Parts: sequence; structure tokens; C-alpha cells
Amino acid sequence: MPAPDTHTVKSFAQELHRLTNLVTQMGGVAEAQVESAIQAVVRRDVELAAQVMQSDHRIDEYERAIDAETLRLLALRQPMAIDLREILSALKIAADLERIGDYAANIAKRSIALAQVQAVRPAAGVPRMGRMVQEIMKEVLDAFIERDVEKAIAARQRDNDLDDLYTSLFREVLTYMMEDPRNITPCTHLLFIAKNLERIGDHATNIAETVHFLVVGQPPAGERPKSDETSFTVLGADMAAAPDDAKSQAEG
Amino acid sequence: MVAQTQIQARADARPQGGVAPAVKMEARGVKVFYGAKQALKGIDLDVRDRQVTALIGPSGCGKSTFLRCLNRMNDTIDIARVEGLMTLDGQDIYDRSIDVVQLRARVGMVFQKPNPFPKSIYDNVSYGPKIHGLAAGKDEMDEVVEKSLQRAGLWNEVKDRLREPGTGLSGGQQQRLCIARAIAVSPEVILMDEPCSALDPIATAHIEELIDELRANYTIVIVTHNMQQAARVSQRTAFFHLGEMVEVGDTEEIFTNPHDERTQGYITGRYG
Repeated sequence: MPAPDTHTVKSFAQELHRLTNLVTQMGGVAEAQVESAIQAVVRRDVELAAQVMQSDHRIDEYERAIDAETLRLLALRQPMAIDLREILSALKIAADLERIGDYAANIAKRSIALAQVQAVRPAAGVPRMGRMVQEIMKEVLDAFIERDVEKAIAARQRDNDLDDLYTSLFREVLTYMMEDPRNITPCTHLLFIAKNLERIGDHATNIAETVHFLVVGQPPAGERPKSDETSFTVLGADMAAAPDDAKSQAEG
Repeated sequence: MVAQTQIQARADARPQGGVAPAVKMEARGVKVFYGAKQALKGIDLDVRDRQVTALIGPSGCGKSTFLRCLNRMNDTIDIARVEGLMTLDGQDIYDRSIDVVQLRARVGMVFQKPNPFPKSIYDNVSYGPKIHGLAAGKDEMDEVVEKSLQRAGLWNEVKDRLREPGTGLSGGQQQRLCIARAIAVSPEVILMDEPCSALDPIATAHIEELIDELRANYTIVIVTHNMQQAARVSQRTAFFHLGEMVEVGDTEEIFTNPHDERTQGYITGRYG
């Protein structure tokens, strides 16, 4: 008895398919929002930023639709095994995408503030981080559509690189603020933008782990990669005085 | 009270110190033939003590045949032939020295359709203990009957009409009467073949609750077509298909992440 792809009850298969499509579409919208938000920062495009902020409700609507569909399927179909994991995964991924949408909207909002003051040099680091975030998101969403565990794990690993970029941008921004207090306003917004991008990476990592659970039935083994060191970063003369053991203490 | 329950839940969730549950019944290479037709193709399965083991699978997969091997009910079918080893507490139940009537007292059975004897409620329950000589005198028998009916969750509903015919009860009550009858001879294992298929959802819920209570004292093996029921009542689930046991595991694992494609196909309704 091979397990064919279709259910004996075809309407159930159609409903599951529809749920997956909703998640895929929502992922597409979230990707577009992140891209536009980054562009708004890079091009100092206030109009585009406003568009991103206005479009955030679309992502929220997707999440509500997915929540409702999930609830209905759980109540009416009593799903098992792969079907159950499929439905739970949709719910979890939708929650992550919704957060990603919020971060994109926040980036857009801050880009408007940034556009009103003189550009500062660390802003050049945003497109690089942005590109990487977009690549990770694309890989993770592809992994979801293709049910590709390898791809999901590879994307999860890349979150490390993103954390490294964030840490270096963080240091750069701090340096600029110390140099000239007039940089503090734009640099603070930049800092939040970078933090938002880093958080988007974390949610993409969550999605990668959900894809692993969906396909394999278990979350991926081992610690998730982490190299965001900004929580321990201290700039200035006493930098050398931030020893490793202080760091590990903070971690423990 | 809520806190108490939560503490208890946490205590229950704690790992049990790595002690594997004892095996009550053991099947090794069990084959069953009905004439020339082979119904079971070498089943290896451990039935764990004081747990509920659910047997699931499509019609004709051999799950009921296997259940009937556990108390030698297949002996009653002339053309049936059983091979392989089947033990109860390590003792071969197909050994010549085994008294089948005694075996069936230790391994009781509840059937798909409630089948009370055409006798009073009291007599239905007292019949087994009487022929096995388990009660000395009327007082003791009264006690056995009351205790059995209580354990089956039926006592309060029938205590004032013990002399009325068992067949006059509702379907769900009749099934609980049959469970009381099975319990009355103090079995160690209770086999249930689709015990709820003739019952409405409320009566089914009563039986399921009863199964959950009974597993404190008895080892239970249940055959069911209702997968949600298997998921609800059992700790272990075995999936049968075409006379083979495809997969056995913790119920949670089987219903969230089965390893065999055939199991997945069956429980998700993709079985072509």
C-alpha cells in the first residue's frame, strides 16, 4: 500500500492545498514588504515607505485567514501525521511572517525619519544586510514550498552571517555617534533598522525550523546558530575589559 | 485545586527513570491460517502490562485475528491453525498443559455488539465467578457483582434493578455490563473488539473513560476502526496491513510522525 498524494476525501486535500497556498502567498507579500522597506531606506523614498506602512494590513489579513482555516481544519477533519504537521506549520509560519511584516513596516517608518536628516555613512551597511535578509527569506520560503529540508537547514545556518553583519554595523553606528552628537538621531534609527533586519532573520530561522518539523516530524537537532554579539558590545578604551568570561556569564 | 492538578500533571510528565514497562503478553512469529488462506504472516508484538494497546488497520488486515489469538478464540474455528509463540507472563498459552477455560478467565474479552446473556443483570455478572468457583456463598457473590458493576461504571444506574434482564438496558449500558461480566472473573488482560462501534458518542465517551480507569489494574488490547479512538485511549498503537504488523510505537508517535509510509497513508486517509 503506497501512500498516494491524494486523500480518499478529495475536499480535504483541496483544503490543505488552499492552506498551503495562503501561506505561500503570505510569504510572497512579506518578501515584497521587506524588499520595499529596504529600498525606502536606501533610496530615501518617503512615498515607498508610506506604501509599505499602508500595506501591512494585507499581511495581517493573511494571518487571520490562515488562523481561521487552521481552526476549521482542526475542528472538522481531525488531521493526523503529515496533515496535522502541515496545519500546525501553516499556523506557525503565518505568525512568523506576520512579525516579519511588522518589522518591515517599522523599517519603513524609520526610513521616513532618516530621510529628513543628513545621510550618515553607516547607512551604507543597510543594503548589504537587507540583501542577505532577502536571500535567507527567499531560501526559507522556497524550502517550505519544495518541502526541502536541506535548503531549510542551509538557510538557517546563514542566519549566522547575518548576525555577524549586524554586529559590525552596530559597532560602526556606535563609533559615528561618539564622533558627533548630531549623528545620534539618524544613527539611532539606523540601529533600530539593523535590529529589525536581524529580527527578520531570526523569524526566517524559525520558519526554517518549522519546515524541518513539517517534513521530518521533529525540530532540527542541535542549537540554533547564534552570533549576534551586540548585547555584549562595548566601544571605547575599556573594550579589552569586556572579557570572554563576562560574556559567557551573561549568556548563562 | 488547579495548582494541585498542575503539580500532578508535571509529576506525570517526569521521565520514569528509564524503567521499561513490563511485557504482559508476547507474540513471536505468530501465523494464522484459515484453511489455505494465511491471515497473519508472522507477527512479533509485545503487549505491555497495564497499558492500552490499540490495533488499527483496514478491514481484513488481521487485527481481529491477532486479538483472537491472545485468548485462543481462534480454537473455536475448525479450519483455523495458529503457528508461532504466544505467551502470557512468559508462559506459552498454546502449550498442551494450558486449560483454555482458565486462560480465557485470565484473558477476558468484550465484543463488538453488546451480547449480554438473556438473564438478569445480576446473573450476567455472577455467571463467570460461579462457574470458576470464585465466590463462596451469596454475600461474597453480591460483593463481586457490586464491585464489578462499580468498576464498569454501571452500578449507580442498575443497583435498584439487578433482577431485571440485562437485555433491557441501553446499548451503552449493555456494553458496560459486558465489561463488568469480563471483569467479574478478575482477568489480567481484557481484549476488546470494536467495543464502541454500536454505541452513540456519549456511551462511547463513557466506555473510553472506563478504559482509561481500567488500565490501572488491567492490561487492555483494543481493536478499533476509529483512529481518533485509538489515539484517545491507547498508549501504544500497532498498525496491521495485509496480515502483517507494519509498525508499532507510542500512540503519540504513530499519530504525529509514523515511520512507515503505509501507516501514514492509512491514518491520514490516503489509503487507496
